[in-house]
Amino acid sequence: MTGAAVQAKLWYWQRISAMALAVCVVVHLALIVLAARGGLTAADILGRTRGNVGFAVFYAAFVIACTVHVPIGLRTIAQEWLGWRERASSVAALLVAASILVLGLRAVYAVVAT
Amino acid sequence: MESTLHVRVWRGAKQGRYVDYDVPRSASQTVLDVVTYIQRRLEPSLAYRFACRVGMCGSCAMTVNGVPRWTCRTHVEKVAQDGTLTIGPLAHLPVIRDLVTDMREFFDKWTRARGTFAGRATRHDDFVRVAPATPARVAADAGIECIGCGACYAACDVVAWRPAFLGPAALNRAWTLVNDVRDDGQKERLRAVAGDAGCHACHTQGSCAERCPKRIAPTAGIAGLKRLAARAAMRGDL
Repeated sequence: MTGAAVQAKLWYWQRISAMALAVCVVVHLALIVLAARGGLTAADILGRTRGNVGFAVFYAAFVIACTVHVPIGLRTIAQEWLGWRERASSVAALLVAASILVLGLRAVYAVVAT
Repeated sequence: MESTLHVRVWRGAKQGRYVDYDVPRSASQTVLDVVTYIQRRLEPSLAYRFACRVGMCGSCAMTVNGVPRWTCRTHVEKVAQDGTLTIGPLAHLPVIRDLVTDMREFFDKWTRARGTFAGRATRHDDFVRVAPATPARVAADAGIECIGCGACYAACDVVAWRPAFLGPAALNRAWTLVNDVRDDGQKERLRAVAGDAGCHACHTQGSCAERCPKRIAPTAGIAGLKRLAARAAMRGDL
């Protein structure tokens, strides 16, 4: 596969993940507003999230969309603004992707696990 | 209208400075008229480039008050600020001398983007009939009037950030050929214009469309190339 093909695919996946994020962010913001109306204690929140499969699926999807979307953009920024080469920026992007995935899913697990 | 225009003109190459001149104002005066006056009356060694003077050849583009413009069709009264004009060479291109840039890289990128028509018909074939209203022909027509002046290239931030980026003009040219049903080099062209040095580097900031004197929107063509290239890549055809 050529470099151009990889870059074209990255662009495609960033686009698809952007579409997912557009939905996720709106739902997330709405959820915050709704959740805050009834008070914001940790017990309140955990009471709603623990064992909530829908919550787990939605936020896992949110995390995965971020895992795809953010590193591709950061890779471009590193190349264009910091002058990083393709290899260095791609390795850094993969590290960021791994971090977002692990930290994000861990956070979802933490509030959903009973 | 004031009787005199204060003009600052770049002298030198990469290293140089702006030199001040006073030029008499006249009705319907263009920026190219101003530069020509300076070269003929005040500074015979001033280097600049022009040919047709009527907006066809694309050779007279310069940076006027910070903006790339075709100087032969730019009226002084529309761009002068407080009776002053600052005229420099186009950005993102090596300066040979004064207002003349080396355009080789700009046009080499057209070649790299496979900007040449690749026909497959022979003299024995009949003419191809292309209906003007077909979507492909409409798309090609939208970009076909480019005169190669380099204003879009000088206005593009991505060219500054990624020197290998093919730039709006070369990609616009490729897009017109992608939409040419007679062309037989589509796969190679798509491969040439895809990726970080090609269409996928464009951030759609639109400076090229804003500055194009022919009112072409290279961003529209680049968006089309992105879609085609990404589709081909996902199918494994790139």
